[in-house]
Amino acid sequence: MIRRISIAILVTACFMLAGLLLLAWRPSIAPIARPAPGSFPADLVGKGEALSAIGHCAACHTQPGGRPFAGGYRLNTPFGAIFGTNITPDPKTGIGVWSLEAFTRAMREGLARDGSHLMPAFPYYAFTKLSDDDVKALYAYLMTQPAVSNTVPANTLPFPLNIRAFQEGWKILFFRSGRFQANPSKSAEWNRGAYLAEGLADCTGCHTPRNPLGAEEMGRAYAGAVIEGWIAPALTEANPSPVPWTQEELFTYLRTGVTSLHGATGATMTPVIRGALALPVVPDSDIRAIALYFSGMDRARARANDVDATTREAVASSYVSSDQAENDSDASLYTSACMSCHYNAGRTPLASRPELALNSSLMLAEPTNFIQVVLNGVTNTETVSNAQGAPGLVMPEYGSSLTDGEIARLAAYLRRTRTKLPPWSDLEKKVSAIRRESMATR
Amino acid sequence: MTTFDLNGKTVSVQSPDDAALLWVIRDELGLTGTKFGCGIGFCGACTVHVEGRATRACITPVAAVAGAKVTTIEGLDAAGNHPLQTAWLELQVPQCGYCQPGQIMQAATLLKDFPNPTDQDINAVMAGSVCRCMTYIRIRKAIKLAAARMRGDTSHA
Repeated sequence: MIRRISIAILVTACFMLAGLLLLAWRPSIAPIARPAPGSFPADLVGKGEALSAIGHCAACHTQPGGRPFAGGYRLNTPFGAIFGTNITPDPKTGIGVWSLEAFTRAMREGLARDGSHLMPAFPYYAFTKLSDDDVKALYAYLMTQPAVSNTVPANTLPFPLNIRAFQEGWKILFFRSGRFQANPSKSAEWNRGAYLAEGLADCTGCHTPRNPLGAEEMGRAYAGAVIEGWIAPALTEANPSPVPWTQEELFTYLRTGVTSLHGATGATMTPVIRGALALPVVPDSDIRAIALYFSGMDRARARANDVDATTREAVASSYVSSDQAENDSDASLYTSACMSCHYNAGRTPLASRPELALNSSLMLAEPTNFIQVVLNGVTNTETVSNAQGAPGLVMPEYGSSLTDGEIARLAAYLRRTRTKLPPWSDLEKKVSAIRRESMATR
Repeated sequence: MTTFDLNGKTVSVQSPDDAALLWVIRDELGLTGTKFGCGIGFCGACTVHVEGRATRACITPVAAVAGAKVTTIEGLDAAGNHPLQTAWLELQVPQCGYCQPGQIMQAATLLKDFPNPTDQDINAVMAGSVCRCMTYIRIRKAIKLAAARMRGDTSHA
């Protein structure tokens, strides 16, 4: 009896597997000769360049220090490392033999030209919303870039995740193909922002938490998530910044990477800004539209507290006198290590002196971002995909001078004195864990 | 290899990426005005400018300044006549002098951000720059003198 049941189960499993593989099968699209760069109209290429910047394609498709779009960027996912592919028009190692049809199918259905499934690390689930014209412009731009012969390393996904056909299962569960639907009750600017944010820029890719299968959690859009060891903060009302993200603040931040009331960008947001949204090729109007979309989501206007009072209070807290430091060894750590750069005075902080009492890294539920910055500092590396923070702002690596215990004390002290939020737990352990992690990925 | 701008000249250095900027400047590039003090970013003797902002060179890895403009005390002013330097000389600020290049570099950033600094501004921004000879009173005086002259300069500009 048991034998018969197990045979039945085995047979059913085989059928299901065969069914999935059958469902997963997609035809290959015939290769073409690489189109001559001159065959694409210049204005289409120009439009594609701006779109490619907004979609920050180069961030994942360029290795630090490598040629643009030639692939090799290592994306560390919870499942293993996935390497950005070569999307230059090199016929052998890039997409030189891809027709517009093949490119469009990749963008909208997550399929390579040969019919194999792409991993959702490539956000086809968002790019599916792009219009025909925009896909065509992106294709024109990429196909007119210098071809670079570069074979990228193989992904390190373990079995069975490395079997691309199984992606069909993921797609059945989580992927819906379809173009962007405008919301007629909103302005054209808002809809433009929504289209760019939801489609091309794929902001949810980092700012929405994912389920154990790596799909964005339903109903928790933009609730904030952990990405590559950092917290991508919530973009909803749950955003903890003391001063709301208005359209103006968001615009300045996305355009330059820093605002005086919110501080500087960090981690994987840096290439999105410095290597993409800050580029002159991106029109101000598109950044303003994205800013409008998110300023509505964060309900900035409704939350508009007394920005002046909050700011003044924050600025005042940046000064710690020697008398105060004398009696508080944690405050003394701050005055010796932090105050010369983070002190502010007057009505409003300077963007070049990030005001800690206004910075989300102290306000988040976890100390992750604070610890990352203190341990590893902020670099000015010219290689955009490796850079952090705002242009010209460099912070030393205190990981080489402070112990885990001292960084934990600093974190606890600043949380206690610069916010009204409950203390962080297990700080020293968290510092050690992040230190170990950063040593390992170096 | 890291390439950056040092006092207006492009330099490419062989030191490993994680070498401290301080040692690259002193040992590989041979500019010894920048001093080693505590080595943990707590005394200010190693202060240089990165993109015009005071930075502790002893705990800044050289790779972090790739492509950036780095200025040391030697490059603050070509002739050594930055208003802070002349004020320092006039008031005979240094005693042993060891920490003074770092003090001056830190003070230069202070005046950029706070052209008319209060005592609190000076206390706060100079807090990380330690002087064992206790020249603090003259440092404060010299900063105020230089600030006054720099404000005067800009009003005539």
